[in-house]
Amino acid sequence: MNWLRTFFRRNGTPLAIFLLCSVLFWMFMMIILPQLFMVDFSLRANVPPPQWGTDTHSYTLEHYKYIVYGSSTSTDQFNTLDMGVFLRTLVAAIFVTLIDLILCYPIAYYLAHVARGGWGRLMVLSLIVPFWINEILRAFSFKVLFGTTGIINNFLVGIGFLDQPYDFIRNDIALWAGLTYAYILLMIFPIYNSVESLDRNQIDAARDLGSPWWRIHWRVVIPHAKPGISSGCTMVFMLTAGALAAPSILGGPSSLWFTQIIYQGFNQASNWARGSAYAIILLLTCIVFVLVVMKVFKVRLGEIAR
Amino acid sequence: MSADVELKNVWVRFGDFVAARDVDLHIGEGEFFTILGPSGCGKTTLLRAVSGFLEPSDGQVLIGGRDMAGIGPNRRPTALIFQNLALFPLMSVWENITFALEVRGVNRADRRKRATELLELIALPDQGDKMVGELSGGQRQRVAIARALAAEPDVLLLDEPLSALDLKLRQHMRSELRAIQQRVGITFIYITHDQGEALTMSDHIAVMREGVIEQVSDGTTLYDDPGSSFVASFVGENNYFRGTVVDTDVSYTTLDTPSGRFRGRTSKNQSLRKGDDAFVFIRPESIKFDSGLDNSLQARVRNQEFEGNFWQVFLDVEGENKGLKLSTVNDGRHHENISGDTVSVGFNADLAVVLPAGPLAAE
Repeated sequence: MNWLRTFFRRNGTPLAIFLLCSVLFWMFMMIILPQLFMVDFSLRANVPPPQWGTDTHSYTLEHYKYIVYGSSTSTDQFNTLDMGVFLRTLVAAIFVTLIDLILCYPIAYYLAHVARGGWGRLMVLSLIVPFWINEILRAFSFKVLFGTTGIINNFLVGIGFLDQPYDFIRNDIALWAGLTYAYILLMIFPIYNSVESLDRNQIDAARDLGSPWWRIHWRVVIPHAKPGISSGCTMVFMLTAGALAAPSILGGPSSLWFTQIIYQGFNQASNWARGSAYAIILLLTCIVFVLVVMKVFKVRLGEIAR
Repeated sequence: MSADVELKNVWVRFGDFVAARDVDLHIGEGEFFTILGPSGCGKTTLLRAVSGFLEPSDGQVLIGGRDMAGIGPNRRPTALIFQNLALFPLMSVWENITFALEVRGVNRADRRKRATELLELIALPDQGDKMVGELSGGQRQRVAIARALAAEPDVLLLDEPLSALDLKLRQHMRSELRAIQQRVGITFIYITHDQGEALTMSDHIAVMREGVIEQVSDGTTLYDDPGSSFVASFVGENNYFRGTVVDTDVSYTTLDTPSGRFRGRTSKNQSLRKGDDAFVFIRPESIKFDSGLDNSLQARVRNQEFEGNFWQVFLDVEGENKGLKLSTVNDGRHHENISGDTVSVGFNADLAVVLPAGPLAAE
């Protein structure tokens, strides 16, 4: 308890109590309790609220089985629909993360080491300002941009590149663009922070020793930026896999995001239990996936949190 | 392979600021050449122009007779040792050293072999697998040298690489650098503001002030026959009196100063005429407690400092408010405190040099 005494002495008793309470409140009420409720829900039979806590609200694994085997009344052996959506969501999230990484690394490098003074600040500002607009509105604006009578189609048809408007929405291009854009800042800023701390002389030294630009990045800049890259990738991957607004608004009629199935469980099928089970499955899979990737690329958790 | 370096009428401008003004230099093949000057004099700018990180606004840089215009730092036969060394912290020592070879596609086994040889050269055998952060300052210094030498440059450029080391290590590294240069036989261009480093290591020294090369010569000439009042005051310590030339010929010049009339050698590098405003410079070690010399004057001892091998005595002189400094070898005899005493001191005309009045180095 020594650290607690030091903590109180350093901050003064009122502030220390406030800090301690708010952190504990945040951890228990906002994170741990809701998650525990979800776990609990996911492990119980789906009964209407009045029967919650009665004998019929018993523990079961049926909701976890559902994603694999589907409904017992169905003729299919496996629940290919839900599993397919689950896999497609993960693969899509991986691709969106990679696209973001490829887009954002050069931007972050440019901001950190090339752009000078006012121009750099203007660029950062123009990256941030669009995100003052609500996520749903931004998704709708992409729908307008990519619509059959949207600016992009009008332009492409206007210059004669296309004979007739291309259906970006049905072909999921609007969705990919929207998702890629949605979390771009969460990729740029961690990379920017880590690249920015690189000593400019190291880049010059590598160049002086004869290195072409790509090798400078490969051997000097990227290794230095690895914690930022991992941190950005983790956040973008997690958030993309868990995105709801962009897939609901920009997704084509045939594409379904896993979060949409979870949403249906809670809001349309009134099956909170299955919704919870699916949400837990998504969360655990994402965490395991991120940990495995970190292991492969030899990144420690502490580095990401820096 | 070694190459000479030539700067022809090099100008470097940053907006209105002129960092190098019409610089003409020839640095011979295999020479240890030092550019010496106070900070902000443009010496680093010149080095960057040679290494290719900066294109001169005007003029030419030639290495081995080849014009370097438009050739980037990665394609010049130079290697630069940075002031902060700029070693790669995420690579091991041997990977750092052989980075230039990795760039050229040399295979791993050959690189390891070369790393072992170079680690031998810098007296750090068996340290190749350590990370750079595990080495001491002096060891890192040597790794930086090895990394630059691995690129097999014709010219090695050094940007104040010893400034981060402590005094003992710095003095040790001076002789080590000189030894390495003689062993590998390539041209070294060394940048420093430390005249001690310049004098001990260099074949030739260029003194630079505000973008202009003031004098190029070997160390002893620089010390004994400074070409300008700036060089005289910047290289080593110097006392000076300012006055008017009353008499001058090829060998000696006499000045009338507020502290008296003094005679010194006429500078070989500058011409003086009767009536000119001029300085007479006298080194602290050339002033003696002796009234029988060519020039003599009365002074009051302000204080004295003991430096082990030397005594430094500070004198107040009439007509000269910054005073004089006198160095005398500690010959082991007892030195009583003479602060406050009035003494007679003097110096010989041959050990004083007269130069036209001009800018002095900042104290």
